[in-house]
Amino acid sequence: MRFSGLKILTEGLTGNRGWTPHWRDPAPKPEYDVIIIGGGGHGLATAYYLAKNHGITNVAVLEKGYLGGGNVGRNTTIVRANYFLPGNSEFYSHSLKLWENLEQDLNYNVMLSQRGQVLLSHSDGQSDALIRRGNAMRNQGDDAEWISPEYMRKNWPYLNFDSPRFPIYGGLMQRRAGTARHDAVAWGYARGADQRGVDLIQNCEVTGIDIENGVVKGVQTTRGAIRAGKVGIVTAGRSGQVAAMAGMRLPIESHVLQAFVTEGLKPCLDTVISFGMGHFYISQSDKGGLVFGGDLDMYASYAQRGNLPMVEHVAEAAMTLMPMIGKAKILRSWGGIMDMTPDGSPIIDRTDTDGLFIDCGWCYGGFKAVPGSGYAFAHLMATGTPHKSAERLRLDRFRTGRGLMDEEGTGAQHNLH
Amino acid sequence: MRLPCPICGERDVREFTYKGHAVALDRPAPNAGDAAWEDYVHLRENPAGETRELWYHGGGCGAWIVVRRNTVTHEVLGAELASEVAE
Ligand SMILES: Cc1cc2nc3c(=O)[nH]c(=O)nc-3n(C[C@H](O)[C@H](O)[C@H](O)COP(=O)(O)OP(=O)(O)OC[C@H]3O[C@@H](n4cnc5c(N)ncnc54)[C@H](O)[C@@H]3O)c2cc1C
Ligand SMILES: [Zn+2]
Repeated sequence: MRFSGLKILTEGLTGNRGWTPHWRDPAPKPEYDVIIIGGGGHGLATAYYLAKNHGITNVAVLEKGYLGGGNVGRNTTIVRANYFLPGNSEFYSHSLKLWENLEQDLNYNVMLSQRGQVLLSHSDGQSDALIRRGNAMRNQGDDAEWISPEYMRKNWPYLNFDSPRFPIYGGLMQRRAGTARHDAVAWGYARGADQRGVDLIQNCEVTGIDIENGVVKGVQTTRGAIRAGKVGIVTAGRSGQVAAMAGMRLPIESHVLQAFVTEGLKPCLDTVISFGMGHFYISQSDKGGLVFGGDLDMYASYAQRGNLPMVEHVAEAAMTLMPMIGKAKILRSWGGIMDMTPDGSPIIDRTDTDGLFIDCGWCYGGFKAVPGSGYAFAHLMATGTPHKSAERLRLDRFRTGRGLMDEEGTGAQHNLH
Repeated sequence: MRLPCPICGERDVREFTYKGHAVALDRPAPNAGDAAWEDYVHLRENPAGETRELWYHGGGCGAWIVVRRNTVTHEVLGAELASEVAE
């Protein structure tokens, strides 16, 4: 089934009886060419690009819960390519280009809204650093623009420009950045992979990885053993547990990140604003809710909920930046498990086991990476060589110290990102 | 979440700074080699369940403590002074 304006019109006129399920619900086969562990954004995108770009369609995605029930359905949906360091810079640049053509490619409305994102500055030093970052973004071929407080006063008059502690000096704007509909991204990739023959198998938890003489042979699951020539681990916050099934320890600690949404309000915020000094960022959803979040709770956690000190911190930051938000009621808050690496940057690489690959370490920024990561991981699994956009996302950088990508410049240590 | 500091008693988590897994107490010898150092600095068991981790009571007595905690339920199971554990 293809979506089109005509299809919507005819369905609307004939009682919407012609819609069909978006994907099949197959039972696992005994053997596949490739198994992808994890049906989040990255796993589904990997399966899609394996089929589309490399013609590898005898593929299963094994998901322990339901498709899109992990972080891909829990994030605040910000998409951007404003990284500074080589490695991240070219990777996110590539990913944003894929986003810009995603709806046509998938024939699925992922509601990408390039409403822009602005990083605020509160001092001359911070402005210099942001402008330097903007130059790096432009060297990479992406857009970046310095915007003045006057411009901001005109567009977002309710910001607290003259706060004594955090006066607003200007901001770095990327107009091609924005938001997307998170569930639709998972569903669009799932449907595209399914249409090309990939088996999406839900309620199927991987409980073991079979390895013989250093070569991967398949996996054990709650729905039986499944053989495969190649296996990819794409399990975000659960990467540590799944890697342990292959005898690996990862440079990853799992942390909880919270987010919040208010009741629906009239349109008031037409971009994404990041208030880095308060670890706070905010946008407005299409339904009108203000969607915002803060920093990690900052302790290891697998609970998909956080504690109250971070709620208070986020509320304080919100009131500092945007006092009018005090009138809005918070509707919901939730948390997701983040696969934090010591340098805050991701990993797309092979492992020491033949045929076993890993894609992890997305920290709090892996939603924007979904297309780029799926594309690059599929390339690596299909061809055995890294895609050029992801050559530097190596697992061994932590041992050698070569090529660490510490965007924040705080040091490559677990408790610092 | 409250952590039971062996010196100060049960205190709000905001008084503490999190360092990470208590592996930080097992510092390898300077010449132990890059595998041992990678293990110490970067690689983590990252357990879903009971764990041992280092916290610093900066807003209280200034002691480093080793907390036993469950990462799935956030239940706190106990704490000892790091200086005593390290001996
Ligand atoms: C509150 C919050 C806000 C965020 N905001 C942003 C943002 O604004 N912009 C941005 O770019 N990123 C953001 N992120 C980060 C982003 O959501 C993640 O980095 C990204 O979704 C992780 O990749 P994924 O989609 O593949 O993960 P997931 O959706 O978590 O997929 C992993 C899947 O693996 C499955 N799995 C785990 N173990 C097993 C097993 N043993 N067997 C089978 N399946 C298994 C899980 O059930 C899960 O479905 C945010 C995250 C959170 C929590
Ligand atoms: Zn104390």
